[in-house]
Amino acid sequence: MFNEKRIAMKKKLLLLLPLLIFAVLASFFVVGLDRNPREIPSPLVGKPLPEFSLPTLDAPEQIVTKERFAGQVWLLNVWASWCVSCRSEHPLLLEYAKTNETPIIGLNYKDKMPDAKAWLQRYGNPYEMSIVDADGRFGIDLGVYGVPETFLIGKNGIISYKHIGPITEESLRNIIIPKIKELKQQ
Amino acid sequence: MTGQQAANPQSGSGMSARKKRFLWIGFGLLLSFAITALVVKGLSANVTYFYSPTEVAQNVAPKDRAFRIGGMVEEKSLRRAADGLTIYFGVTDSAHTVKAVYTGILPDLFAEGKGVVAQGKLDENGVFQATRVLAKHDENYVAPEVAEAMDKAHKEAVLKTLK
Amino acid sequence: MIPEIGQFALILALILALVQGTLPLVGAAQGIPVWMFLSRRTAQGVFFFLILAFGCLIYSFIVNDFSVLNVASNSNTQLPLHYRIAASWGSHEGSILMWVFMLGLWSCAVSVFSRHLPEEVVARVLGVMGLVTAGLLLFLLFTSNPFERLFPVPTEGRDLNPLLQDPGMVLHPPMLYMGYVGFSVAFAFAVAALLGGRLDATWARWSRPWTTVAWCFLTVGIMIGSWWAYYELGWGGWWFWDPVENASLLPWLIGTALIHSLAVTEKRGTFKIWTVLLAICAFSLSLLGTFLVRSGVLTSVHAFTTDPRRGLFILVFLGLVIGGSLALFAFRAPRVGTQGKFEFISRETALLCNNILLAVACGTVLLGTLYPLFLDALNLGKISVGPPYFEAVFVPIMALLIVLMGIGAIARWKESPLAELWEKLRAPLAVTVVCAVALPLILGRTHWQSVALLALGFGMAFWIITTLIVSVTDRLRHLQGGLWYKLQRQPLSFWGMWFAHFGVAIFIIGVTVVKGFEAERDVRMTPGDVISVGDYAFRFVGIEDRQGPNYHAARGTFELLKDDKKVRNLYPEKRMYFAHGMPMTEAAIDSGFFGDRYVSLGEEINDGKGSWSVRVYYKPFITWLWGGCILMTLGGVLALSDRRYRVYARKPAKELLAGHTLPRPAH
Repeated sequence: MFNEKRIAMKKKLLLLLPLLIFAVLASFFVVGLDRNPREIPSPLVGKPLPEFSLPTLDAPEQIVTKERFAGQVWLLNVWASWCVSCRSEHPLLLEYAKTNETPIIGLNYKDKMPDAKAWLQRYGNPYEMSIVDADGRFGIDLGVYGVPETFLIGKNGIISYKHIGPITEESLRNIIIPKIKELKQQ
Repeated sequence: MTGQQAANPQSGSGMSARKKRFLWIGFGLLLSFAITALVVKGLSANVTYFYSPTEVAQNVAPKDRAFRIGGMVEEKSLRRAADGLTIYFGVTDSAHTVKAVYTGILPDLFAEGKGVVAQGKLDENGVFQATRVLAKHDENYVAPEVAEAMDKAHKEAVLKTLK
Repeated sequence: MIPEIGQFALILALILALVQGTLPLVGAAQGIPVWMFLSRRTAQGVFFFLILAFGCLIYSFIVNDFSVLNVASNSNTQLPLHYRIAASWGSHEGSILMWVFMLGLWSCAVSVFSRHLPEEVVARVLGVMGLVTAGLLLFLLFTSNPFERLFPVPTEGRDLNPLLQDPGMVLHPPMLYMGYVGFSVAFAFAVAALLGGRLDATWARWSRPWTTVAWCFLTVGIMIGSWWAYYELGWGGWWFWDPVENASLLPWLIGTALIHSLAVTEKRGTFKIWTVLLAICAFSLSLLGTFLVRSGVLTSVHAFTTDPRRGLFILVFLGLVIGGSLALFAFRAPRVGTQGKFEFISRETALLCNNILLAVACGTVLLGTLYPLFLDALNLGKISVGPPYFEAVFVPIMALLIVLMGIGAIARWKESPLAELWEKLRAPLAVTVVCAVALPLILGRTHWQSVALLALGFGMAFWIITTLIVSVTDRLRHLQGGLWYKLQRQPLSFWGMWFAHFGVAIFIIGVTVVKGFEAERDVRMTPGDVISVGDYAFRFVGIEDRQGPNYHAARGTFELLKDDKKVRNLYPEKRMYFAHGMPMTEAAIDSGFFGDRYVSLGEEINDGKGSWSVRVYYKPFITWLWGGCILMTLGGVLALSDRRYRVYARKPAKELLAGHTLPRPAH
């Protein structure tokens, strides 16, 4: 009797084994998902925006520096005409620009000027101006490793938030806009 | 009740149930030992670690073992030897640059300013002798290893300037 | 308007799928016939709406409706029509829609071909499939809507990824997905059996044909994928042990085990619990294969843009489906059936060992694929596991498997006396050993290592072929009549086994010869240069510009020479696609029964003489790889055409159930 019971017990445990293995696997997947590089906090958040002096798309002879934007809350959106995902966030940016909440400044990253202009013409221009970073130098200072990326900069010139990848409606509504409100009150 | 078990003394003609069970367990053990040995040996011999150019500069990367390095192909670093097949380029994470050399045909998406992962060894001059160069299929796609290497180097650079 | 119809159809499909996944299951548990009868109609309804949705998406692609984000980012007015259609499953959203569409197709097929099944079983099977469908539709609608609108409407779309603009890529995903999703039927049957507490030979007989069909599709899908990688990536390899490739191999290995284990369960009534576990695992690995890749947990060359929200949804979904079914297995399986008895030396043993080896092989591949993830999660550094690991572990297991494969085809059920078995295997063993050792030497290999590898490969192939021959003569010995008559008397299922195993042998010969005798050269060539590879030589004639529909190309002309005589011209291309600004290498291949001659262009070398870097390959017997896969599939098709299934399908349910009344599961 006792022996039979023990065998039945063993068998039960054996049948549980696949479930246990899957549980271990699943826990690793959860950790793996968390380690998605998109979730890594940027080292630049809380630091001043790096210095730059770059031309703009509309007036290449004009040089703009970061002092130009001092004293206001603004968004810096890194984009390029060759970037696919930029197109998916573009309608949102256009929509947002209509609210006149804050200016959006484009950073045209590693692009050709005619391509960039044509792209804006075709899809619409949400930017107050686009700074041209043709060789990607400023991008390196900013720590850009993929386009699009968006930085939120406060009145004091400090980066308060960095969004990697295309902006979604949710991230705009739940993270960026509340942060903007906060910054404006400071 | 449960399969090939001692409870059935009349089962089978040639072999006793006990002997059968021992045979099964023996084979099972043998097989699991063999497979474990294969897997352990296979994994320890064929795993390639990933290092960033900064880690190479800091001598963290192994000198005698093949590894993978990831970063961006440095702008204006691409140079072709006279034979047309040997290519010199720099792999950078924006903080440090490692010189690399590769002979052969590069993947379609290999270009200056684009992400790259190369596999190979460091030679005595500190030049990375690449045996394989990988580029990803999607031009917007940055390999997470590359992204992380760039981010890490960037973080360190920022910390340095703040000190 | 059309995209809105598509979206609406998806919502209706979701509502119906929820009905399909709940009422019939409750009906089966409570014995409410009306609710059980709902399963067929709802499954067909879901499929109808899925056809509508998928049709709307394809229509949007055909008419270049760039107001749909999915169309705008994956198509282009210059894209030829057939690629515009294929583009509808080229994106993440489209491919998930196709996945669900196929699940609907399989459910609908079950609802049509299940007239002979008890209503309770049908209700449970379709109920389980309905739940899976509903989960996927939720995923589609909430995280990857294929009909999302884009405003303002762009005048031109972004092109389809040039890598996907290829006939191989048009066929690969549908075939692969048909296979992946097809395992859902075996899965649903297994879960239904666990729920109903009835797990017997009839259950195995019902699951078998479905599993075989799915397996055939998966085999073809993997083959096309491998063939595509071979000629499209321009690297000359046919299997890279990339996570995505591994993801398709895993369900194939378990599916193969399942087919064999189902055969034993049907014929001998044993291995029931094991078979159920395999059925659950095959579909679980299919899900894992499709979605792990999509969630960005594993990074690979195939990865779509990752989105953490999608990843979370996928993990929850996987946890519910796989975890739920495995939990059901853990708690219900002990109540199911007893096992039959067999001797240590028997066909059952050979098949059981084969099953275990296939599962182990699958486990090692899974481990190698996920090992980087494990180390990363434990903060032990970033690593990648290279092909040498997979080869070092996979090949020995397969060698053992193939030894058993030969024995299994000959051994008798229940008990196979050792003396008799040895009598039959003596001759194949002798022929195998002699050929395996002699062949590499005849082919001019002297270094012990390459002789050993070739001998191993040839040995495996000859072992399979010689034992297959014995298996035929063994069956014919007791029959009277002419040879042709005797051959015809064998059931098609036997020929199915025969051809599938023969395909494995052909495949192994292909791999062995390619690995042992392939030649590759990367060279710089100036027009007029000749380079020889194997028995052939290539002369570089020159480069000219060519205009394609959505790209322009540098087209090289090469003369393929054998013994200084021209065989034909080859035209490899370097294409630049307008929309992506992305270069693509199109290799040119001279394909033949005994191998391929392969040339692809590298880059132009600016030396003023029009030189290019060029890669040339000689790939002997590579076509045998694809041939082997086709033979395996043919084997599956033959097994399906067996008389038993045809007769079975025609019989009405009552006749079959006579004297076979359903016992209600004891609660």
